[in-house]
Amino acid sequence: MTNTVKLTFPQPPARPEDTPDFSAIDIPPAGSLDVPPLDVEASDSRDYANGLIRVLNDDGQAVGPWAEYIADLDADALLQGLRDMLKIRAVDKRLLNAQRQGKTSFYLQCTGEEAIGCGFQRQLAKGDMNFPTYRQQSLLIAADYPLRDLMGQIYSNACDPLEGRQLPIMHSSREYGFFSISGNLGTQYVQAVGWAMANALSGNGQIAAGWIGDGATASNDFHAALLSASVYGPPVVLNIVNNQWAISTYTGVATGGSRTYAARARGYGIPALRVDGNDYLAVAAVSKWAVARVRAGHGPVAIEWFTYRVAAHSTSDDPSAYRPKDEARAWPLGDPVERLKAHLIRRGAWSDARHVQAEAEILDEVTAVQKEVESFGTFVNPKPTSPSTIFKGVYAELPEHLRRQRQEMGF
Amino acid sequence: MAIEILMPALSPTMEEGTLAKWLVKEGDMVQSGDVLAEIETDKATMEFEAVDEGIMGKLLIAEGTADVKVNTPIALLVEEGEAVPDSAPAAATETPATAPEPGRQSAPAKPIEPVKAEAPWPAGTKTKKQTVREALRDAMAEEMRRDEDVFLMGEEVGEYQGAYKISQGLLDDFGSKRVIDTPITEHGFAGIGVGAAFGGLKPIVEFMTFNFAMQAIDQIINSAAKTLYMSGGQMGCPIVFRGPNGAAARVGAQHSQDYAAWYTHIPGLKVVMPYSASDAKGLLKSAIRDPNPVIFLENEILYGRSFDVPRLDDYTVPFGKARIWREGTDVTLVSFGIGMSYALEAADKLAEDGISAEVIDLRTLRPMDTDTIIASVQKTNRCVTIEEGFPVGAIGNHISAVLMEQAFDYLDAPVINCTGKDVPMPYAANLEKLALVTTDDVIAAVKKVTYR
Repeated sequence: MTNTVKLTFPQPPARPEDTPDFSAIDIPPAGSLDVPPLDVEASDSRDYANGLIRVLNDDGQAVGPWAEYIADLDADALLQGLRDMLKIRAVDKRLLNAQRQGKTSFYLQCTGEEAIGCGFQRQLAKGDMNFPTYRQQSLLIAADYPLRDLMGQIYSNACDPLEGRQLPIMHSSREYGFFSISGNLGTQYVQAVGWAMANALSGNGQIAAGWIGDGATASNDFHAALLSASVYGPPVVLNIVNNQWAISTYTGVATGGSRTYAARARGYGIPALRVDGNDYLAVAAVSKWAVARVRAGHGPVAIEWFTYRVAAHSTSDDPSAYRPKDEARAWPLGDPVERLKAHLIRRGAWSDARHVQAEAEILDEVTAVQKEVESFGTFVNPKPTSPSTIFKGVYAELPEHLRRQRQEMGF
Repeated sequence: MAIEILMPALSPTMEEGTLAKWLVKEGDMVQSGDVLAEIETDKATMEFEAVDEGIMGKLLIAEGTADVKVNTPIALLVEEGEAVPDSAPAAATETPATAPEPGRQSAPAKPIEPVKAEAPWPAGTKTKKQTVREALRDAMAEEMRRDEDVFLMGEEVGEYQGAYKISQGLLDDFGSKRVIDTPITEHGFAGIGVGAAFGGLKPIVEFMTFNFAMQAIDQIINSAAKTLYMSGGQMGCPIVFRGPNGAAARVGAQHSQDYAAWYTHIPGLKVVMPYSASDAKGLLKSAIRDPNPVIFLENEILYGRSFDVPRLDDYTVPFGKARIWREGTDVTLVSFGIGMSYALEAADKLAEDGISAEVIDLRTLRPMDTDTIIASVQKTNRCVTIEEGFPVGAIGNHISAVLMEQAFDYLDAPVINCTGKDVPMPYAANLEKLALVTTDDVIAAVKKVTYR
């Protein structure tokens, strides 16, 4: 008897020795999907969950119903978006450099994914809360979080707002709508649902946004969050950033037989959309729509941001071991900065020369703050803060036994 | 011959119930499977079916009778033509609470009178008898009335009024926005609760048992307990996780574990494990008001026990203050939760042998009132700890270490930790009994440390 039962072990389209190959990815033309009503039902969101919402075409033009939906987004607003993206790119560049020089233990870039956080954050209001993963530092940049605080935490010195109690890159700012990052993947996704339920119960008009990567959709938190959001209908936007790679694990290992992650979310009874994450205008348009829907009380929505992780997973990773070196250049949706730049030039609002100048100015600004923060100490030149902070924030109030331990330490 | 129909045990922990209603009358023909009566327990009302067939000869217990002990004859079934016996057979004899002491050969010690410590509320305060179950419910209701941000969530807490009926009446009083039935995912609803607490509300998350909270351990430890610290003090988590903990009866390895030591290990958590109804009430109210995550460990067997509860408008019990139940001079017994049952019973029996035991109920394990333990040991010079959990890494181990460090010169004997056996809980009744800590274990330990 022949064995007809076999298992599948998903493999990426190309390994290091191969030519990059994204031919299996279906890229529909920009402007081919319309804008659904804010109260769209999950059952009517099939085309959005399986398709790909795009606004910018290959010629840098904004086309279709979603372009019209954000017609009020003027050149200044788009230039702001471009500057946000240039800024996080400069921050990533400088901090990667700092890690390579031994000035910090660890860093993690978001290269190629800048449009997603930058475009989304600009659609939120004060009081709304993101529950991010570690690759959404772009949210902080677009929220105008002070660079000094951001870098202070990377160097864990006296500029660190968390006073040396948390890893670099695990930022946390209530005021800037950025919930403390969890190193245990997925946990924050269901917490976003709980936070949003608290918003609804207290009627404060604020919303929450959960973030998860394609790899962590395999966690049970993802399931619990989608189920609970579907059951209770809280004001939450559930973002899935599909950047094709979970460290070295190809996205197919998490997708399984599902066509898209958005389709999986839709299976829970939540309307879901899939979006070109490298298209700043598409990100802005769908974010605006999703935030409006959720804030109006029509219930949760899930968004799959389709993108590509250009950089290594982190400073501890060398992707040339598991994917072709030039795979990023072959990514069919291009680079978010280049695409927005081309659009603005085509609109007559920008030029190559101004772009070069802006890049230089922003890099200078970032470098200046970096130098100042480094003067408070780095990994190679540590100037630690007071050891007394070790006991702060274990409890809301300092308990007796910790007060005693602090005294024994001499503080 | 007449067949006795006995009061059924409708759950592993049922000891007594109310015979709410007879659905047959004397003289009726009864087939196997016919519903004979409705029996009410503290958890539910259930129909009781006939096993045998015959004629209902005599109803021995009138409907509406409360507190009918399991295995009490409630009716007699006779065959056709058979006479109904004149009088009911003697009611099942109650098994004595403990086996009689085996004959002791040594000279009898002079019994002493155990010294009950004063109740921890102002002298002259009026009290009422209340079960732990009712006290917990009242604590939640009072706090929910006092603070609109407090709400209850968990499996079966709403319509069903709680798997152990702790949330009895709360849905009617507060509505489905504040008494929320959740999907069956401990990890999921704990995460929602944690998120809501981060968002400014004060959730009470009920676990059907703490055994199921193992699914949610990542949310409890890695998020609830640590986020205030990791966020530099920006995002705290004012939440109470509560539910039954430890062994009930005949529910096996996965439903019988005591998690006191697990949670007490974690900085950022507060851990409460009450014994009496007044402490259950006062401590739960304090837990709900606490700005930190609190693990509140209840006990299924204690739910139905009654205690004096003070009639005070707003009775709270502070964390980190132990309660002395018996004052004594020869040995210090330290326990918490259901372990207190064994400690107190042992103290009374030891008094008969002339041994004066001081009994301390820790009430909260984190923070732990080690000052009270040390002060007592300085007086008695001997200490025995009692808990239901496993022996390795037990709460008693920690107390032993504290006494070694801070009261070494006062100890006249090694501290003994009475714990459960180092095995998963077996199902068989005799094995289960062997796995649990007992009053006799406590007495034996005291005899050892007092060298008697």
